[in-house]
Amino acid sequence: MLRYILNKLALIVPTLIGITICAFGFVRLLPGDPILALAGEHGVTPERYEQLKVQFGFDRPIWEQYGHYIWDALHGDFGVSISTHRPVVTEFLALFPATVELSLCAIIFAILLGIPAGIFAATRRGTVVDQGLMGTALVGYSMPIFWWGLLLIIFFSGYLHWTPVSGRIDVQYFFKPVTGFMLIDSLLSGQKGAFHSVVMHLILPTIVLGTIPLAVIARQTRSAMLEVMGEDYVRTARAKGLKARRVIGLHALRNALIPVVTTIGLQVGVLLAGAILTESIFAWPGIGKWMVDSIYKRDYVVVQAGLLLIALIVMGVNLLVDVLYAVVNPRIRVQ
Amino acid sequence: MTDTTEIVPVVSTGRFAGLREFWHYFSQSRGAVLGLVVFILLILVALFAPWIAPHDPTEQYKQFFLAPPAWDPGGNPQFLLGTDPVGRDILSRLIHGARFSLLIGAMVVVLSVVGGIVLGLVAGYFRGWVDVVIMRVMDLILAFPPLLLALVLVTVLGPGLVNAMLAIALTLQPYFARLVRGSVMAERNREYVTSARLAGAGHFRLMLVTILPNCLAPIIVQATLSFSDAILNAAALGFLGLGAQPPTPEWGTMLANAREFIQRAPWVVTFPGLCILVTVLAINLIGDGLRDALDPKLKRS
Amino acid sequence: MKSAKILLTAAALAVVLGGSAYAKTLVYCSEGSPANFDPGTTTGGNDFDASSRTIYSRLVEFKHGSTEVEPGLAESWDISPDGLTYTFHLRKGVKFQSTDYFTPTRDLNADDVIFSFMRQQDDKSPWFTYLPNLSYDYYVGMDMPKYTKEWKKVDDNTVQLVLTEPNAPMLANLAMDFASIVSKEYADKLQASGNLADFASKPIGTGPFQFVDYQVDSTIRYAANPDYYKGKEKIDNLIFSIVSNATTRLEKIRAGECDVMAYPNPADVPSIKADANLTTYEQAGLNIGYMSYNTTLPPLDKPEVRHALNMAIDRDALIKALFQDAGATPANNLIPPTMWSWNKDVKFDKYDPDAAKKVLAAAGLTKIDLWAAAEISRPYNPSFQRAAELIQADWAKVGVTANIISEEWTKYRADGKKKDRSGAFQIGWSGDNGDPDNFFATLFSCSAIGVSNYSSWCDKDFENDIQKAKTTSDIAERTKYYQDAQVVFAKEAPAFLLAHSQVYVVTDKKVQGFVQDPLGMHRFDGVDVTE
Repeated sequence: MLRYILNKLALIVPTLIGITICAFGFVRLLPGDPILALAGEHGVTPERYEQLKVQFGFDRPIWEQYGHYIWDALHGDFGVSISTHRPVVTEFLALFPATVELSLCAIIFAILLGIPAGIFAATRRGTVVDQGLMGTALVGYSMPIFWWGLLLIIFFSGYLHWTPVSGRIDVQYFFKPVTGFMLIDSLLSGQKGAFHSVVMHLILPTIVLGTIPLAVIARQTRSAMLEVMGEDYVRTARAKGLKARRVIGLHALRNALIPVVTTIGLQVGVLLAGAILTESIFAWPGIGKWMVDSIYKRDYVVVQAGLLLIALIVMGVNLLVDVLYAVVNPRIRVQ
Repeated sequence: MTDTTEIVPVVSTGRFAGLREFWHYFSQSRGAVLGLVVFILLILVALFAPWIAPHDPTEQYKQFFLAPPAWDPGGNPQFLLGTDPVGRDILSRLIHGARFSLLIGAMVVVLSVVGGIVLGLVAGYFRGWVDVVIMRVMDLILAFPPLLLALVLVTVLGPGLVNAMLAIALTLQPYFARLVRGSVMAERNREYVTSARLAGAGHFRLMLVTILPNCLAPIIVQATLSFSDAILNAAALGFLGLGAQPPTPEWGTMLANAREFIQRAPWVVTFPGLCILVTVLAINLIGDGLRDALDPKLKRS
Repeated sequence: MKSAKILLTAAALAVVLGGSAYAKTLVYCSEGSPANFDPGTTTGGNDFDASSRTIYSRLVEFKHGSTEVEPGLAESWDISPDGLTYTFHLRKGVKFQSTDYFTPTRDLNADDVIFSFMRQQDDKSPWFTYLPNLSYDYYVGMDMPKYTKEWKKVDDNTVQLVLTEPNAPMLANLAMDFASIVSKEYADKLQASGNLADFASKPIGTGPFQFVDYQVDSTIRYAANPDYYKGKEKIDNLIFSIVSNATTRLEKIRAGECDVMAYPNPADVPSIKADANLTTYEQAGLNIGYMSYNTTLPPLDKPEVRHALNMAIDRDALIKALFQDAGATPANNLIPPTMWSWNKDVKFDKYDPDAAKKVLAAAGLTKIDLWAAAEISRPYNPSFQRAAELIQADWAKVGVTANIISEEWTKYRADGKKKDRSGAFQIGWSGDNGDPDNFFATLFSCSAIGVSNYSSWCDKDFENDIQKAKTTSDIAERTKYYQDAQVVFAKEAPAFLLAHSQVYVVTDKKVQGFVQDPLGMHRFDGVDVTE
């Protein structure tokens, strides 16, 4: 097992180096002069320009700049935001929990609805129920979620006033972040109504971000179930006269879930991409909105670091999924 | 993939027989046929846009800023779906927008399929360090969420339709490379390849003429998925202000420019989104149908 | 220990917020996150709302709701007859705010005032570069280093500013955000402990509200400053809820999630005005949207060609399409009619495409670059893109093909400043200090070429007028010079003048005593809420 993990890690190293080169290179390829981006409405004098150039190290050879970049990154220093003058890591750590919380809620929402829907459809293959569920799933899968989010806000927040419009919690509640996860922090604070407020704020963003994973999981579960139900051992179990419910629950589901788990792991990239749109729509203070805002502001330090950090997260999660998969399915390890 | 003799004839002899067999399976799914009909309609609309559209999509009717749809009491029969903030007919813009969305989908698919096939064939056929280098680069691209990568690429290249297409094609291309490589590796040592090699076929011929046609089925299915992905991502880029630039009537861009009117003029927001959804849905329905028809495993005997 | 203290304070505050009936809270939906809380280092209106107008005060202040200057931390001042020496007499017993991160041991004095300015000028001070990539843009932009000879401490409560040459707008400059007075005692304490960066994230001032907490990109919290020199504010807690999308802000105020919102969408204004639960404040903004022609490149170097391009644009339709029902005042002059010295006799070019067509054909102008910043909305121009599309259509009718160049805002401005920049460049300005000099000299003086004179326009008569007006302190005489400058401007037409936009602020009906600020700031001193 350890060898399997080490093998996987060895494969990741070149990709990692590639990612740092990409993140480093992107910024230097950006149109326009990054130094001028600092100048603001009033412009910049030639002396100040030279001064900034030295300060940022743009006067040194490119490989030296890259070396510094890697050295600093290894020490957890990803530079300082151009627009706010704060260390990028500080901003990232302040915003990341919001994205994680939203993504977790979205994936849980997708699993809780998607797996039962998939099983249900599979057991009623070919019926109206199956076609209806899978049709809906396909609509969800085809949804432009930025539009979907706007529609939900208009209807549920604007028209019905059921859910709040944006943000993570009603501003009347105030407590210092402990974990960064509002669901936990609001409970820790002990303030009445805080948890309820957090939940209400989470509903719409969760639905919007969870729509596509939900559709994917439902479809995947259905086809995995169908496949397993066609296998000999399930047929045997059925032939032995076991109740349909028991066959599905005990034999089919367990085996069908293995590919579904992989699918769920692969949704991380989808979720992070979706977070960019969802957070922009709901003014959710997470890293997706942070990246888009930074691109607009041409805060290249933030874009560079964000790109690197997000890629690291995706790779980390993919590795985790691989390992989990190997644990569940020992055949993989041998190869 | 269990029985190669079943597939080979499709390529070598009965082209029509193959097509007929394909249609037989494809047409069993009502959804797929519906998707195909909608898609063909969309293509017709796109092709004949200048003749179908009641107005010029860029003509600004200055007396009619934000006119509501015709069925609304305040609507004007001249503008069936209303007008946008600078007085352009929304229906005409949507009709012309079909051109852009289909063009984006087609271009992205062509670019990513060609790129993916070349890289995948080379990697899977030659193996060794070529394979390692190519696949590591593909891993690299896949390590970034596609929309984020496209966003950053477009920032580098500059906002615009062409750059958005290039960026999206790059993010989708690794899937094809992986797929082709996998198929090539599976096919490479099969008898028919070995016999072709013994008969003196060169690398080029082996790759393109002998192996590739046998990997086509999964590529076609993946291409359909990419087609809809490309439309969605291009619209998302447009929505974030980095895709097609106004006055191009691209649906995502229309949506972005209309967002501030969501309160006062919901129709400028509703229709472009609906168009995106219908188009993507139609293509995905076709994709499902194709997969069922082309995947021998699911074929009912 | 420290974090325990923060938690305790937070808990105590939470009790106040949640538990007691009389704690009054006002929630303001702001349009963007502040870069930081040191107003010397920032340039955005949202930065200033969050720092200088809440946490800090200045020697002199803009009277609430006007651009007039009134006493602030300086009770009174004298200006020497040669206009070079300003002597300020400080108010006694003004206290800096006490928070969980700083407790002052002394009152405000002359050292604080001198430090507040010199930190922005003295490049040997550690405070000159205390944040990475720091620059004091406004201090430099208002030419303070050039005009400041020295700051002198006469005694603890008297301080003198000596200028290198007379500069009539100086007093107005000192009421601006960058001139906020900071605590030298706090700065020294941070310097001793090495935590200089805290100066921008944990601010201490003498203003009406003190800083409590900031959650990045989401919420800023303030509490009323109990020691405020004008007396404690009526509201106990002030909260900024950061929402960058205007539609979302409107939804939030309708849902009761905020009490005051900035910058509604023009398109939404009629429905807001019709809403019985909301109060709308509106005012002609201290701003101008315009389009600069590069006056050095033929054929745009000829005034008649520039006039012809102006005449080809259906300006009324353009303004209607851009500003929708929110409306805007078509501009006749560079400065808005609310500003002193506005020349009522000057008129802008009339819409006359036929006449324009002849002149343009004679000049051989068939192609022109038309610049439009991508994806950005400014008070003076809600959409550069939409404006460009409309102007493009108008110019097409007189035989001129406009090629729209669209760029991201920062790059856009950098490229626009270049002396050899092509064609017509859309831009605008929001006033800083209510002085006409801030429009005329900043935007069209010869020395501003390459900085903010996007027309690269240097006219002898115009320059003469604005330089004379700058060095004279008599308002009547200054008015005369500026009125003449406006006549010259209209004759030479270095730019197409669009409009002065209406500026809106929307509040819930329960908000009392809100006063709209002509300089575009959002101030919450003197505001109350009724239940």
